[in-house]
Amino acid sequence: MINLAGRDILHGWGKFLFTGIGLGLLIGVTLTMAGVYRGMVDDAEVMIDNAGADLWVVQQDTLGPYAEPSSVRDDVARDLLGQRGIAQAGNVTYLTMQVSQGSKEARVMLVGYEPGKPGEPEYLVAGRPLARAHYEALADIKTGFALGEQVRIRRHDYTVVGLTRRMVSSSGDPMLFIPLKDAQEVQFLKDNDALLNERARTASNPAFNRPNVPGLLEAVQASQAASHFVNAVLLRLQPEADAQAVAGEIRRWQHLQAYTRAQMEDILVARLIATSAKQIFMFLVILAIVSAAIVAFIIYTMTLNKIREIAVLKLIGATNRTISSMILQQALGLGLIGFMVGKLAATFWAPLFPKYVLLLPGDAIKGFALVMLMCALASTFAIRAALRVDPATAIGG
Amino acid sequence: MSKLKIRLIALAAVVAGVFFWVVTTQGPLAAVKVTVDKAGVGDLSNAVFGVGSIEARRSYNLAPTITSRIARVLVDQGDPVKAGQLVAEMDPVDLDARVLSSQQAAERAVYGIRVAEAQLAEAQSRAKTASAAYERFAGLRTGGFVSQEMLDAKLHEKNAAQAAEAAATAALASAHLDQARVNADASGVGKLRAQTRLLSPVAGIVTARLAEPGATVVAGQSVIQVVDPASLWVKTRIEQKQAGLIRSGQNADIVLRSQPQTAIPGTVKRIELLGDTITEERMVDVAFAAPRVDAAVGELAEVTIKLPQLQQALSIPSAAVKRQGQQEGVWVLQDKRVQFQAVKSGLSTLAGRTQILEGLAAGDEVIVYSQQPLSAGLKVKVVDEIVRSKP
Repeated sequence: MINLAGRDILHGWGKFLFTGIGLGLLIGVTLTMAGVYRGMVDDAEVMIDNAGADLWVVQQDTLGPYAEPSSVRDDVARDLLGQRGIAQAGNVTYLTMQVSQGSKEARVMLVGYEPGKPGEPEYLVAGRPLARAHYEALADIKTGFALGEQVRIRRHDYTVVGLTRRMVSSSGDPMLFIPLKDAQEVQFLKDNDALLNERARTASNPAFNRPNVPGLLEAVQASQAASHFVNAVLLRLQPEADAQAVAGEIRRWQHLQAYTRAQMEDILVARLIATSAKQIFMFLVILAIVSAAIVAFIIYTMTLNKIREIAVLKLIGATNRTISSMILQQALGLGLIGFMVGKLAATFWAPLFPKYVLLLPGDAIKGFALVMLMCALASTFAIRAALRVDPATAIGG
Repeated sequence: MSKLKIRLIALAAVVAGVFFWVVTTQGPLAAVKVTVDKAGVGDLSNAVFGVGSIEARRSYNLAPTITSRIARVLVDQGDPVKAGQLVAEMDPVDLDARVLSSQQAAERAVYGIRVAEAQLAEAQSRAKTASAAYERFAGLRTGGFVSQEMLDAKLHEKNAAQAAEAAATAALASAHLDQARVNADASGVGKLRAQTRLLSPVAGIVTARLAEPGATVVAGQSVIQVVDPASLWVKTRIEQKQAGLIRSGQNADIVLRSQPQTAIPGTVKRIELLGDTITEERMVDVAFAAPRVDAAVGELAEVTIKLPQLQQALSIPSAAVKRQGQQEGVWVLQDKRVQFQAVKSGLSTLAGRTQILEGLAAGDEVIVYSQQPLSAGLKVKVVDEIVRSKP
């Protein structure tokens, strides 16, 4: 028995192919939108992974350090190390700021960390880890900085010695890693004018500038210029330790807030990026519905265009089954071409997006199943229309 | 028709092939790209980096020892001073008068000694006469020419004269002591007077003039600061973790903020015993090899201290050293899949090499860079570089 569907496609293969490609581009957009949504959630999750911590210790009553500002004394890390179940503690600071390199500018999340402690990027794609205690930086490749370049942050120049990949903040800003002490200075040290004003203000305060206590003013001013704050302390626990229990101890006795990994994910995904992710997700849903409708219309109209030929088929005695399977096969073929084109397109243009687009194989498989289902559903309408055709229309009238 | 069919089938096969290739190599199913490097044996030149500020090893705060008013200040900031030079003077108030008074008291004490000496001479003479008279009367009494009563009276005269002589001797000694006391007083007042004069203890440069004439300063409050410019050095803060191999006498490169292009040679002069507990840093004082005076005190300086070279050490790029839990190790390739291999690492150099003490042999390949975090059993593809380096 000859394959009617194949014959028909061969007859008008150009039209069929271009319809498939057009459909494919639409499916590609839908897949990309799904990728954008996944990328957004992944940005938040990857940030948690990159911190490499089991517990986040932040200021009491805050959702820090990512969702709310938090500041903690940097010697807290040492107190925590004494607690049972804690293997490593690392101070970190986070600050989103604009940095410049020559004429290039980039919006980055500046991360201060202590080499060898939690908070350090786990892997590099080029260069080396920080070796000096000051004025070196690791940059994410998304910043556009290259190895050996000098990046100016406030009053110091930092040399980019290593490059990282997928180190981004929850809003997708690439990270720039610098030594903790430098980061503390960047975050808390004021500009020179502010410093001078502050000194003058202190000097004019008679409580601090007493004539019979030499050295008091200098001591007060020195204490104002020094900063020993960080945004969070990242903890890695001993393998047998229970994160909830340790977090509970810290909350109860240290007057600090501690979040486990699950809680941090909840804060980031469910609160920080919730609205923007929902926004994208809504758009994705609408796009998927629109795509499905367009697929259905295309198949329906394609069938209606062939209504005269179908009538002829009926006239010469083709069974309903033959006609239905022809339409169904064509619809599925169209879906297959569309999906392949769409997947290819999405794969090729995804890396061009400024923010991360994550194409999951699971999404692709789901997409494929949906496309096929949609095509099959749409073909049922077309089949109904085809079966209702009066064979007489083949002869005219 | 069949030709067209064949062509279409061929096209479909090509498209399917391209699709398959794209899905398996470009997307999330693709093998993770990594780069590898061999563990190499060679000399490792290590160094430690720190920042510090220029300070004077010896800085002198010249201050009065008692609360007083400044009478005059003779030098200003930037003036060179010689050792012993008068730089400022406090108002002596009544000290000059007291010096004069004590000088006069000392002169008076000299006269007091002379009086006591004269009195002693007189008493001695009197005692001698009384003694002779008694001898004579004793002889006469033996012959019975005088009465016993008269002899007793002469004996009393002799004893009285001798007592007077002893008293005069004591008075002379007292006069001497008196003179010593007055002299000591005079010298004390003189020293007090000298204390109001601030002298530079060394040849150096005045770095601060902190009070002006007429101002009253408390004891110990600086009026003038003097530093010895030959003793300028960089007080460098070094991470405690990296400070273990620093020894006095090691060479260093100093880069001043004002001259970022030139590295000035220096040497480690002293490693301070007290570290900073808050910042977890150790203070290392690095002196300039040649005496410099054009560096400002307080200027920021970057110091790279050169540590002894490690001869023929096995090393790998520092980026390859990873940590899993408490265990240090590297990722190695076994049949295109990665395995974690525990190693024991030694020193890390500023150039990004890490010495390997245990766990690897020369020529072993380790994974240096990867596109993603690695996990055991992950399939990878070895490439030359992950990020194309700029020409």
